[in-house]
Amino acid sequence: MKDTLLRIAPAQRAGRAERVMTTLNVNGAERRLAVRPYDVLLDVLREQLNLTGTRRGCDMGTCGCCTVLIDGRPILSCLTLALEAEGASIRTIESVATGSGLHPVQEAFVQTGGSQCGFCTPGFIMTAVGLLEKNPDPSEEEIREAISGNMCRCTGYIAIIEAIRMAARRLRNEPAEVGR
Amino acid sequence: MSVVGKPTPLVDARAKVTGQGVYTDDIKLPGMLVGKILRSPLAHARILSIETSKAESLPGVRAVVTGRESTVRFGVLPVSRDETAMAVDRVLYIGDCVAGVAADDEETALDALRLIDVRYEALDPVLTIDDALKPSSLPIHDKTVGGTNIQKAVDQDFGDVEAAFASSAFVERHEFKFAAVTHAFTEPHCVIAQFDHDGRLTVWSATQVPHYLHRALSEVMGLEMHRIRVIRPMVGGAFGGKSDPFPHEMIASLLSRRTMRPVKILFDREEVFITNHGRHPTRTSMAMGVSKEGLITGLDLKALIDGGAWGSFGVVTTYYNGVLCMGPYRVDNFRYSGKRVYTNKPPSGAMRGHGAVNSRFAMEVLVDMLAENVGLDPLEFRLRNLLPPMTKTINEFRITSNGTKEALETVRGASDWDNLHGRLPYGEGIGVACGFYISGSALPIHWTKTPQSTVHIKIDSDGGITVHSLAAEIGQGSDTMLAQCVAEPLGVALSRVRVFSSDSDTAPIDLGSYSSRVTFMAGNAARRAAEEIRKDLVGAASVLTGYPAEGFVPTDEKLVYAPDPAITVTFMDALAEAIKGKGALIARGCYAAAPPMGGKFKGAAAGLSPSYTFQAYVARVGVDAETGFVTVKKIWAAHDCGRALNPIAVRGQIQGCVHMGLGQTLSEDFRYNRGNILDANLLDYRTLTPKQMPPVDVFIIESNDPEGPYGAKEAGEGPILPVAPAVANAIYDAVGVRPKELPITPDRLLDAIAGVRRGGTKQAARTSTARRPAKVGA
Repeated sequence: MKDTLLRIAPAQRAGRAERVMTTLNVNGAERRLAVRPYDVLLDVLREQLNLTGTRRGCDMGTCGCCTVLIDGRPILSCLTLALEAEGASIRTIESVATGSGLHPVQEAFVQTGGSQCGFCTPGFIMTAVGLLEKNPDPSEEEIREAISGNMCRCTGYIAIIEAIRMAARRLRNEPAEVGR
Repeated sequence: MSVVGKPTPLVDARAKVTGQGVYTDDIKLPGMLVGKILRSPLAHARILSIETSKAESLPGVRAVVTGRESTVRFGVLPVSRDETAMAVDRVLYIGDCVAGVAADDEETALDALRLIDVRYEALDPVLTIDDALKPSSLPIHDKTVGGTNIQKAVDQDFGDVEAAFASSAFVERHEFKFAAVTHAFTEPHCVIAQFDHDGRLTVWSATQVPHYLHRALSEVMGLEMHRIRVIRPMVGGAFGGKSDPFPHEMIASLLSRRTMRPVKILFDREEVFITNHGRHPTRTSMAMGVSKEGLITGLDLKALIDGGAWGSFGVVTTYYNGVLCMGPYRVDNFRYSGKRVYTNKPPSGAMRGHGAVNSRFAMEVLVDMLAENVGLDPLEFRLRNLLPPMTKTINEFRITSNGTKEALETVRGASDWDNLHGRLPYGEGIGVACGFYISGSALPIHWTKTPQSTVHIKIDSDGGITVHSLAAEIGQGSDTMLAQCVAEPLGVALSRVRVFSSDSDTAPIDLGSYSSRVTFMAGNAARRAAEEIRKDLVGAASVLTGYPAEGFVPTDEKLVYAPDPAITVTFMDALAEAIKGKGALIARGCYAAAPPMGGKFKGAAAGLSPSYTFQAYVARVGVDAETGFVTVKKIWAAHDCGRALNPIAVRGQIQGCVHMGLGQTLSEDFRYNRGNILDANLLDYRTLTPKQMPPVDVFIIESNDPEGPYGAKEAGEGPILPVAPAVANAIYDAVGVRPKELPITPDRLLDAIAGVRRGGTKQAARTSTARRPAKVGA
């Protein structure tokens, strides 16, 4: 079982390494944490900080369900060591909606049916938020390119692409156009 | 209708887009242990010994269990209980469960697995269908056909196929081959089991059929069902792959019984692939005849189906490969011989379009060939051969609503079929295909008197409407559908309704989310429960106003007296009156498919459904004849779902089906090397990426089924059926070759194109001379 062996290997090699103290900036707050050198960000978010909205789909960078924003850039938290994120601004799905309501990207996913089983959804939303912050008016090709590291098995991506376009229009304050 | 038929965002969508939704792996319980499974490195071997003492003495390890812990056999179908929690004497595939460990943390559990010493005696594995058909000195399971590894052989014969073929103008017989494909849902399997000191077991699991898990747990753990509580948290996709009761659910329960602590088992992605239960690799031989008038005369079908190591739903799969060819065309002579074999590979099982997808591909390709033989346009040919609504098939399926004709005409117009088919330049093509699927199995797996679906409703003076059901929300939108079917008869806003569909302790039994049964069955049950409770409300309105109860119609949060709409009672006032002296309103509704239907022959129940759905798709493709690369440019998809209770959900199901269907058509392939999966990750197992996904024009055809809730049938599975054959038929239109193996990879297609150019085959010769010389050798 090669994958199982892979996952055993770090623990063996590191010989149960001592935890080291680090400070991570997560969703705008400084979090002081004791992590092992080989802990990936996904584990720290889910297991230590209880930020379970970031989903674990494959542990090997193939599904995108664990996407978070680091300094505004969508990254796979399962392939990023927690210590690598020291000093950076980490944003997870839990930071996207505010007290005043859903983010336009989230609202658009609700409206179009861009979320079915929902497991991939936080990853897609983080990717989309990262894209739209950098490029407020992406073409459909740019959207497809941006989300090509995220996997969805329910929607065929159609309603997701529709949602991102809808959100982009709303964020640019253009009149909403009802999706098909 | 104020709720039904309106595009309705899913009631749980906000929980999903915010990450607040709780999937099984998000649950943490006090004292929870991490469970891990030791898996077999061999495809077939006898277990000589298992030494666990080193693992057990590792600090932090709380329990180790092996196959001896429970030898009770289970399986989703009562006729094929051939699984145990862990291997008892023999391991049957690479990845078969051998031992389970519960430890304080994941690293300790994984270390413990390495300390378990298993001695195996390797046995010859059976890895191919051909080998499995032969007599074996040691079949994979006890109950097989005549000492071979054939698990199930089905033979059905209606009419006289030989005579029909003898009088046919043309008969085409061809061989088809289908690779294994798998669900590839994003959420890995996960389970938490917790025994308590009241002698009760609670299991949280990512399952689409909590009730079958409940039954299997009862048998394996030797506990009465009422001592077991099954909870289904949010499920991150399933598509049939989470419908069996699984060994890991038993192992977690066994580990919890040993430790009396909650034990969680979460799979890694490789374990998800090993667990499989995906679509069966299949070899299909199909012959169809046609009269000179262009009517189908008969269908002769043989299917050899690779089941892997366990039975799973395989007996049903075996029947479905044949009987789900009984629509949408009229076939008066039909012969089917199907065999499902055991092999030493991860089990195959139910996957979206269960049992129907591969045979449908063969059938729709043959239909195209026959149309060409008799000189008819393939779409026109299909129209000529359709079953009408309200009819019966030769194997006694009762066809009620049927929107195939409208579906075909719709995609014909939308795709500009009449101007494009046969007229596009070489390398460009357009193809059509139809589909046919059940909307719930009329006869349940277990022969009990329990209705297939029951729904409870409670309304107390707070005005909230609580709906209890065990129909599993797995992303398809069943909670939303239930809320709609309750809100509509009560005339209230959807926001009043809250659906609780995850807890076997509070919900009445429902057979769960498989076989496309939920909208039809649970939807009917919900509607009936709401209509029951409506009687209390109109009665109360009558008491308050003095007008007869029959006159009141619930609408827009009020009860309006129809003869004089000025007389109204608000929902809340009627509720307060109805509750007075009685307490909260409660009601139940159920669905039990028991109309007299189906024949008396062996296997008559297979494929029998209270209603069927129909599809017609057109695909447009581009084929690069130099590289063999196929680009699907567009799909026009028309699906008869009876009535779209929620068009957002129906559209989403169709689009998702197109995505999954195109994956099987072009790139998904679950390959093995000596029983070892080569593609056990989401990179090598290639689903279509966002950049490969073509536009899909969805057309919802509403045939309004007489027995469906508000006319609805299913939308989750049928829409996958026409995808692959529509693409294959478009490829033929583009380059003149007939793909007969899935996936249609560039190398296979290139070989076929080269064959046509050399004029190497009979069909190629016909194509290159008779049909379109201009396209060949371009």
